[in-house]
Amino acid sequence: MTELEPLLFVLGIPLAGGGVLALWGHRDSAMALNVGFSFATFLAALVLTGQVIADGPRFVWQREFFIDALNVFLVTLTAFVAFTTAIFSRPYMRVERDHGKMTPPRLRLYHSMYQLFSFTMLLGLMTNNIGILWVAMEAATLTTVLLVSVYRTAASLEAAWKYFILCGVGIAQALFGTVLLYMAAERVIGPEQATLLWTDLAAIKTQLNPNIVTIAFAFLFIGYGTKVGLVPLHNWLPDAHAEGPTPVSAVLSGLLLNVALYAILRCKVLTDGALGMPLAGRMMIGFGLLSVLVASFLLMRQRDVKRMFAYSSIEHMGLMTFAFGLGGPVANFAGLLHMTVHSLIKSAIFFTVGHAAQKAGTQVMDDIRGLIRISPTIAWGMMLGSLAILGMPPFGVFASEFLIITTAMREQPWATPLLLVALGVAFASIFSRVQPMVFGDTSLGRLAHPPALVPVFVHLGLGLMLGLYIPPWLDAWYREAARMIGG
Amino acid sequence: MSILFAQLVNLLGAVLLLLAFAMISQRRILSLIDLFTLQGATLVVSTAAVGYVTQQPHLYVSAGLTLALKVVLIPALLHRVVDRLDVRRDVETLINIPTTMLIGIALVIFAFALSAPIAKLSSTIAGGSLGIALACVLLSFLMMITRTKAVPQVIGFLAMENGLFFAATCATYGMPMVVELGIGLDVLIGVLILGVFMFQIREQFDSLDIHHLERLKDD
Repeated sequence: MTELEPLLFVLGIPLAGGGVLALWGHRDSAMALNVGFSFATFLAALVLTGQVIADGPRFVWQREFFIDALNVFLVTLTAFVAFTTAIFSRPYMRVERDHGKMTPPRLRLYHSMYQLFSFTMLLGLMTNNIGILWVAMEAATLTTVLLVSVYRTAASLEAAWKYFILCGVGIAQALFGTVLLYMAAERVIGPEQATLLWTDLAAIKTQLNPNIVTIAFAFLFIGYGTKVGLVPLHNWLPDAHAEGPTPVSAVLSGLLLNVALYAILRCKVLTDGALGMPLAGRMMIGFGLLSVLVASFLLMRQRDVKRMFAYSSIEHMGLMTFAFGLGGPVANFAGLLHMTVHSLIKSAIFFTVGHAAQKAGTQVMDDIRGLIRISPTIAWGMMLGSLAILGMPPFGVFASEFLIITTAMREQPWATPLLLVALGVAFASIFSRVQPMVFGDTSLGRLAHPPALVPVFVHLGLGLMLGLYIPPWLDAWYREAARMIGG
Repeated sequence: MSILFAQLVNLLGAVLLLLAFAMISQRRILSLIDLFTLQGATLVVSTAAVGYVTQQPHLYVSAGLTLALKVVLIPALLHRVVDRLDVRRDVETLINIPTTMLIGIALVIFAFALSAPIAKLSSTIAGGSLGIALACVLLSFLMMITRTKAVPQVIGFLAMENGLFFAATCATYGMPMVVELGIGLDVLIGVLILGVFMFQIREQFDSLDIHHLERLKDD
């Protein structure tokens, strides 16, 4: 190959960034350097995306990497959210350093792990090998465990330990599922040529033994479902979101959960092909719906603002799982759209919540009051973000939820009232909590470093745009990916 | 010849299962580490045996990797942690040991029932051992649930990885090399992180009892 492969940069830049920041991550310039590395990764991802849009799907490096309609939009989204979160992280970490919560070694660890986390996410998305996908997911767990525990407080250690043990056990089940898939492939192609390459498996998916694949999917679904945060395997998620630094909460909700769901989708395509009946879809409908219901009722009881929005993430991941479970072009389209807008808006909410919690010196919602008096932009960001995530038109979440619910009415009518009740309860609980935080009397002070508000409004603006107008290339892209997932 | 080796792999599988039961019933942490080392050694022999009979050289590499990681490096790390933290005392279990053993037997029956239809389809010499592998995974899982201290939980986590590796060798003659290297790396880094965590938990709570890690609850 004569020209330079953009994929090399998409993976190489965050990996190099992890190394460089492990050495210099404590310096003043490191926060800017972190933004720089993330920006370079985002540019490389844009170039890659442009090429894929122009030339179609492609293999890279002996077919070990595969970029198609399903993962290319997630690559761009991941690189973009990682970049904007790095911008947000800059003033956030300055304040944390001034408060003495971040010492130089912790800053080094934080910055290095932030870049390595981006690397594992992008590796997991682009690899064609479902074994490497597993390795990348496990490595993502390891990096985020270190990020969650970075404050070394009792609560953050507890959250990180729980996260590690639960996700470690969960993901071990996914490895067993992967072994079984490999075994099914070996029976078709023979031990000499057997591979774990997804494209090879997809080519022979109708010949895979249905018995083996059914059990394999059950294990894979439990394993990756733990990382998606599906009820009843969600216990790690609120703790990990609440106790780590806020930029980490933003990337956990915005990126990690998406990539785990992406892993399930890849496995679902193989399972549907082998079984010829929608068993995988039914499991996803069941667990998705359960997650939406349980999470929306648990939302009411939360007092910590980051915990509350973590439960909201469980609810939305459940909704996406439900949508992909329904299958078919419309529900898949809605699921993909929901993935995009949820990433953008939830991370924007965490940006505002992070600054608000720093101002108030607490994450307890009762102690955060009257943000609008002290910093109107953060207050409006939080208000608009909450309205957007609750599904108010004209934001994108409204469009995707509308599509999901109308499809559910046609395909699984019994589920519609349950979904509507859950969405209503979530609306009431989140809105009644956010309203006094934004309005009301205040005693909050100013922050030493001006917050980064551009990312908040860029994310909300994109979320708004996707609700009103989806550009034709993006629309074609969603349709193509939705067709691939099938149903 | 290959029948003999298939018998050998099945025998080693039985030894793995026996060791998994021994780990569930063991109260002393140092003995637990020794049992874990033995389990790793059994895994090395079985991987090498499958490699010999099927003429797959990459299985030797895999066996070497397991030897280095699970028989030498990780037990040494665990011994170090136990020495430095001085947690040699007996470990309490949440459920008493006879009950745990009974639950374990139920799990083994479940694992065999689940894998029976698949094992029949396996084309490999030791495909029948898949049930044993799944049973080992579930027993390690049980051990993680019933132990209240950090070190036994970690050993349970690692024993589960052993069961998975055994599943990979007997069901498919091992995963592709690059995947196996990646898994090995993840396990090693994971153990290092958990080791560091144990020191930090000790510093924060003055104990390695996981009961202290139950403060985060939804109110």
